[in-house]
Amino acid sequence: MTALSHAITQGSLTSGRLPKFATPVAAVAGAILGFALAVIFGGGNLGLAVLLAYLIFLVAMEIAARVIEGPRQAADRRARHLIVGAFLLALLPLASVIFEVLSKGMARFDIGFFTQSMRNVVGKGGGAVHAIYGTLYVTGMATLISVPIGLLTAIYLAEYGIRNRLSKAITFFVDVMTGVPSIVAGLFAYALMGLLVGPGTRSGFSGSIALSVLMIPVVVRSSEELLRLVPNELREAAYALGVPKWLTIVKVVLPTAISGLVSGVILAIARVIGETAPLLIAAGFTASLNNNLFANPMMTLPVFVFDSYAHPGTDVQAYWDRAWAGALTLILIVMLLNLIGRLIARRFAPKTR
Amino acid sequence: MSKRIETTDLNVYYGSFRAVEDVTITIEPRSVTAFIGPSGCGKSTFLRTLNRMHEVIPGAHVEGEVLLDGENLYGPGVDPVRVRRQVGMVFQRPNPFPTMSIKENVLAGIRLNNKRMPKEDQDALVESSLRGANLWEEVKNRLELPGSGLSGGQQQRLCIARAIAMSPEVLLMDEPCSALDPISTLAIEDLIAELKQKYTIVIVTHNMQQAARVSDTTAFFNIAGTGAPGKLIEVGPTDKIFSAPDVQATEDYISGRFG
Ligand SMILES: Nc1ncnc2c1ncn2[C@@H]1O[C@H](COP(=O)(O)OP(=O)(O)OP(=O)(O)O)[C@@H](O)[C@H]1O
Ligand SMILES: [Mg+2]
Repeated sequence: MTALSHAITQGSLTSGRLPKFATPVAAVAGAILGFALAVIFGGGNLGLAVLLAYLIFLVAMEIAARVIEGPRQAADRRARHLIVGAFLLALLPLASVIFEVLSKGMARFDIGFFTQSMRNVVGKGGGAVHAIYGTLYVTGMATLISVPIGLLTAIYLAEYGIRNRLSKAITFFVDVMTGVPSIVAGLFAYALMGLLVGPGTRSGFSGSIALSVLMIPVVVRSSEELLRLVPNELREAAYALGVPKWLTIVKVVLPTAISGLVSGVILAIARVIGETAPLLIAAGFTASLNNNLFANPMMTLPVFVFDSYAHPGTDVQAYWDRAWAGALTLILIVMLLNLIGRLIARRFAPKTR
Repeated sequence: MSKRIETTDLNVYYGSFRAVEDVTITIEPRSVTAFIGPSGCGKSTFLRTLNRMHEVIPGAHVEGEVLLDGENLYGPGVDPVRVRRQVGMVFQRPNPFPTMSIKENVLAGIRLNNKRMPKEDQDALVESSLRGANLWEEVKNRLELPGSGLSGGQQQRLCIARAIAMSPEVLLMDEPCSALDPISTLAIEDLIAELKQKYTIVIVTHNMQQAARVSDTTAFFNIAGTGAPGKLIEVGPTDKIFSAPDVQATEDYISGRFG
């Protein structure tokens, strides 16, 4: 084999190259062969066909590259094809979820869905306006609670308590908090409100507390990492100008890290906005719109989806359609949040040029 | 506008490690004092004690006295923030604030301290500081652009402008030219010669010619070996240090016969 590849290799610095069209040709050939084999031996199983096509493509490229380009380039191609394969595999569930939610959610993605609640609705019609409002209220409040606590904790850890006992203890407990199962957070909020207000209290605010328990550690972790990324030289530059430490943090460190901090917060929101179990316990469920965070149960989108799916009435299809539309709305809200986060991040990013 | 610095038996520590031992030196106002010496002998460490920047590092502390016109910087009740407003500093690597424009960088000392200043005064201060740092002509048409978009030499002069906009009594410079080309270096050396009319200047440099060119007084620091503290070996008029130093080690270092 070495003799062959040497025969093709010209000079000491140049080596043979596969033509550019080799990859697509191999891919198409692999696909045709793979599907043919799957039809003949596997009864036309689609998964088998794709797997066979991929394997045939890999082997064909490996042989071609080894013979024409040499072992190092062959290894490079092999690694690249494996990575692309893994990437597509990882993308598969995401694409399938989006496709499924879009195709099933569009049935009830109409004006009624965004203007009506489920009050006095048992069959067709109705909507999720109460759940959409509830989700916005509950997550908004959770963000309002978590961001100050989380950010201030991160500032303490990164700027003040460097390597001292308290900060080690805080870091430890934050790590523990990260691992708290979400249902436990819900039970905690439910129990806390039970003690403070009265047994069996369910409200949007309890839901916010449950979500905060989940959100705070995420905010602390991401903010701390980002504050540590701010170069020390900038802090020293500010100190050398006679700027007190707190002003340095507020006016130099935070603005430098702001875009990352915003993305961190958005990710934390996205992480909790789809939580179902804690909200089911702490915020409860209801069929009508509740604009008061502090009294009476409040519906949220994940609970709405769960409830519509798990307890359909007699007209099952109408409930399931609403569930899918609710899921679609939730995904859109998260996407919108990400978009807003990116815009804010770009707006505040440190200027270069 | 310019103050004398005196230290007596100053010891500087990082945790329990003594980095600088028993430095006694007087730095005259309206003059340039150069610190020279091998790497790791504590020049930067000592320089940073002169505006209480040393203690910013966790575990770092200082023993002894630093007098600024007779006032002990390390006396009880002294506010390091006030010290730093009088003793400005320029760092080895240019460090303009990336979130600020050129103009905002020059005004950083005022803006970051939440001080109010009328718009005309601000503009005048920006112009005079940038002129003072020999940068005005190059940036006057792009004051609103980010400071990090300038070349390395321009950034360093921007940092000098930022320091002198605070009108400090003393200006400390830690190898301000080590990242710069010969032309920017020359521009900064010219600038130092001008600035010494108004300020007390202390400069750390590894460049013997630079020390000889810009300084009136030269202080030579040395270190006995790794782990040993750095010491001030000899200090005197630059001419004397470079032609007839009292200590053999100084002569060896300057003539390149060192180590
Ligand atoms: N942050 C720090 N923590 C612990 N030790 C330090 C720290 N900074 C410097 N040192 C030590 O203090 C001693 C003096 O360092 P310093 O930076 O003052 O040397 P220098 O003379 O400025 O050297 P150079 O010419 O290379 O800049 C060295 O032994 C160094 O390892
Ligand atoms: Mg140094």
